[in-house]
Order: sequence, then structure tokens, then C-alpha cells
Amino acid sequence: MATEAFEEIAETFDFLEDWEERYRHVIEMGKAMPALDDAVKVPATKVEGCASQVWILPRIEGEGADATFDFEGDSDAIIVRGLIAILHALYAGLTAAEVLKVDAQAELGRLGLDEHLSSQRSNGVRAMIGRIRDLAAERAAA
Amino acid sequence: MTYDIDAIRADFPILSREVNGKPLVYLDNGASAQKPQVVIDAITQAYSMEYANVHRGLHHLSNLATEKYEAVRGTIARFLGVKDEEQIVFTSGTTEGINLVAYGWAMPHLQAGDEIILSVAEHHANIVPWHFLRERQGVVLKWVDVDANGDLDPQAVIDAMGPRTKLVALSHMSNVLGTVFDVKPVIDAAHARGIRVLIDGSQAAVHMPVNLDALGADFYAITGHKLYGPSGSGAIHIRREVMDEMRPFLGGGDMIREVTKDTVIYNDPPMKFEAGTPGIVQQIGLGVALDYMMGVGMENIAAHERHLTQYARQRLDGLNWLQVQGKSASKGGIFSFTIDGAGHPHDISTVLDKRGIAVRAGQHCAGPLMEHMGVNATCRASFGMYNTEAEVDALVDALELCHELFA
Repeated sequence: MATEAFEEIAETFDFLEDWEERYRHVIEMGKAMPALDDAVKVPATKVEGCASQVWILPRIEGEGADATFDFEGDSDAIIVRGLIAILHALYAGLTAAEVLKVDAQAELGRLGLDEHLSSQRSNGVRAMIGRIRDLAAERAAA
Repeated sequence: MTYDIDAIRADFPILSREVNGKPLVYLDNGASAQKPQVVIDAITQAYSMEYANVHRGLHHLSNLATEKYEAVRGTIARFLGVKDEEQIVFTSGTTEGINLVAYGWAMPHLQAGDEIILSVAEHHANIVPWHFLRERQGVVLKWVDVDANGDLDPQAVIDAMGPRTKLVALSHMSNVLGTVFDVKPVIDAAHARGIRVLIDGSQAAVHMPVNLDALGADFYAITGHKLYGPSGSGAIHIRREVMDEMRPFLGGGDMIREVTKDTVIYNDPPMKFEAGTPGIVQQIGLGVALDYMMGVGMENIAAHERHLTQYARQRLDGLNWLQVQGKSASKGGIFSFTIDGAGHPHDISTVLDKRGIAVRAGQHCAGPLMEHMGVNATCRASFGMYNTEAEVDALVDALELCHELFA
């Protein structure tokens, strides 16, 4: 059982029959997600290894394994923004320790979006998950 | 003669496969073309029955492999309209060919302050080797712009030539805009001033007949994998007198006649520029690919693609939210585009991929051109000898879906 927000997305995806409907939904989520302020789109927040530009800005409260994890993200590609929104639902509100326990492959697989996780794909979902886990691990150890 | 597109498509086994549950629509020929069965068979035959190293052994297989491999030099010469096949140097592709010129000809000939003229529409393979010379020995790169239609005015290139200009390096056909550049007046004007000219034929040689003896460029580079041949195959044509001005680039076996502790005696050109065991089977495959193209007829291929380009232009022009880069009258079947209001070319290519349509998205190894056009990235649909009007229609349908989804 993942976060409530992610379960809600998974429920919606259960009703979406083909790739076009799934992508339509991802794109809607991408359009709806608030944009990051240009001032925070800096090298420190940029996630390398993505074909489009991606930024992840951590918003973590507290210290140690029980710190509450959250982040904001953005991309210049709409589908990638939608994927960031899904990752946000997957991880936001978890503790730093819980973030590290999430099986992203399996969870995205429930949405039929796990193809984005293959290492050969350059959309950067893998790199984003890597960044999210690094941020959580860093805070958990603090 | 009619162009039997169905028969041609049947020659390319990959074209009958599906991608994401849809028939493959392969429109990424500008990046690399698919291979006909005859090329695949030739590769299998070479490795199965006729393989050994070339130029070395006196045994049966080495002789056989050498004969097959060396015969490709003549095939390439015929394909390029070159009488003297000794002017064909085998390379692994255009990138190696241009680096050979940079290291073998330009490096010893150019001093600090000498100039190389480039167009902004060059591929990185025809930019970065010259940046090496700028960084390492103070050579100056002079850039000539393309106009709003994506045309390169030959006179603008000629006007840029000065007393310190030593080399002009131009693409014959832009890999982003599709424009076929009118390079002949540039070559003639350069030669009248004692300036050497390199032409990057990576795209052009795929889509139209070329006659290099008539064109007269000093260097003309081609790459096999875009010519329906194996990756790692290619060649550069170098005029005989220019070969004599060059020092070798890579050192090793094959390019050498005699080596002692104190001296080396190089082999004669073209082998002087071919070090190490070459891409034997790749080049054999390239020879078969070029024979295949010549069998269909380069004029026929060009006519088919002209027709297809015209159709694609007309269909894409009908999409008023689509911005196509390059409107030249000489534009071939390469369409780079963006969609108004659509976030990113990667979004578009992702949706096209779901429809089984392969295009490239990004900067197309043409950073300076992207900067000149004021775009970060584009999608590019590039056509080849086996593409059809129905595939243009599939592209347009998918683009309409993109517009609906993103804009």
C-alpha cells in the first residue's frame, strides 16, 4: 500500500484502457503541476541524465530517519512533468526512511508506466528516483 | 521505369515489424538507415565462409577476403563518380574521415591566424575537429549564416574568403534543414584562391546522384550506415594531389611498408591513411548496399524522394500550428519541426513512438544551427528510399494527436 495520493492515481489508471488514455492523464497531471520558480532552476537542483531538463527541489522537514520528505519538481517536457507529479504522489509525506523502502519499479508498474524505468530510456525517471533516494538517504543519516 | 516501392520495402526485413503494436514507420533515416536483406546476407556470408584478415596472409581465405574488401573501393568510386579508385580512403564513417583531414592535412598546413570557413548548419562532426585546431594552434573559425529559408548563399561563403583562409568545410545537405547546398560555386571560387574545400556528404550522397570528379571538392566524406550499409563503414574521397600533401593520421599496421628501430616508410595512399585491421565485413556490406542503391538507380531514388518530400511539405504545411525549419526550394526529405504550445520535442517523439513512428528529438548534433534558429531542440522526421505517402499520413495523424494532447 503506497501513499493515499498514489493509490488514488492507481485507481484512476485502472480505468484507463489504452496508452493514449494513460498518456492523456499523465499530460493532464503535467499541465496541472505548479511550475518551479526560475530562480531555483540551478545546477544544484538539476537532475543530469535526462534527455529533457529536469529539476528537483527538496522540501524536507526534520532530521534523521523520521524527517518528512517532500519536494517540488519541474521539467521543460510535459510528459516528464506528469511523471514528476506521479513521483511526487509516490514519495511526498513519507518519512526519509520510508522513501528508501519504496519499490518504484513495482509501483509504476501498477500504472503501466514502468517502461519509463528501463535504463536505456533517456526520459530520466530513473535519474529522478535516484536523486529522490539520495536526498532521503542523506537526510536519514543526518 | 516505375518505382516498385512494395518490392523495395520487402527488401528491408525490419520494415515489416511492429513497434508498440503498430506497424513501424521509420522516419529516422537521417540518423541511420535500415539495411536490405542483401546487406545482412553479405555480412553473414562474409563471417560464415569468407573471413580472414586482409592484406596480410597468403592463404586462400585472406586472399578471398582481401579481394572482396578491396573491390568495394571500386564500388564506392563508381557510386561517387570518381574514376581513380585509389582516391577513395576507407573510414569508419564521416567522423573519422573529417578527423583524418583535420589531423593529416589541416594540422600541418595551418598556422595561428589561418582561417577555416564553416556554415552554421554544420554537424558537430564537421565542427569539433576544427575546434581542436582553434584550441591547439590558434586557427580562426569563420561562420557563415544560413538565411531564413535555410539556404546558404554561395556568394556569402565566397565573400568570407580572405588571404588567411585555408579551408572551407561545408555540408552538402543539412541534416536538420534538409537544404541541399549549392557547393559547386564555392569549390570553384575557393580553388581560384588556392583554398581547399571539404564537403560533408553524409546526408547528400544518400538522396541524390553525386559526381565528385565533376564537383571537384578536395575532400568528400560519406558514412555507410546512412547509405543502407553497416555501421562502422564509410569512406572519404581525397583528390590525388591533396593526398600527397597529407601526413598519416593513425599509425599502425597496413599503413606502413617498412618499420625499423629508427625509421618508418609509409605505404602509398590510400593505404597510408588506413591503419590497423579495418572494418572488413562492414565495408563488404557497404559495397553491397551501394550496389543495391545503384541497382534501383540513384536518379530513381531521388525522384521517389522528391515526390515524397513534396507530398510531406504539402501535408505538413496544412498544419498551421506546426513550425517546420527550412523552406528552401532545394529542401530534401528532412523535416525538423516544433509544435506551437507543445512543451518539448521529447513529448512529441514519445507520443509518435507510441504510434510506432520513429523520429529523432533533440539538437541533432547541430548546436550552432539550433542557436542560430533560436530553438532549443526540434523533432526531425527524415525520409529514405523505402518511405511512403501512407507513412507521411501516419505522421500527420500522430502530430494532430500531439497537438490535441499538448497544445
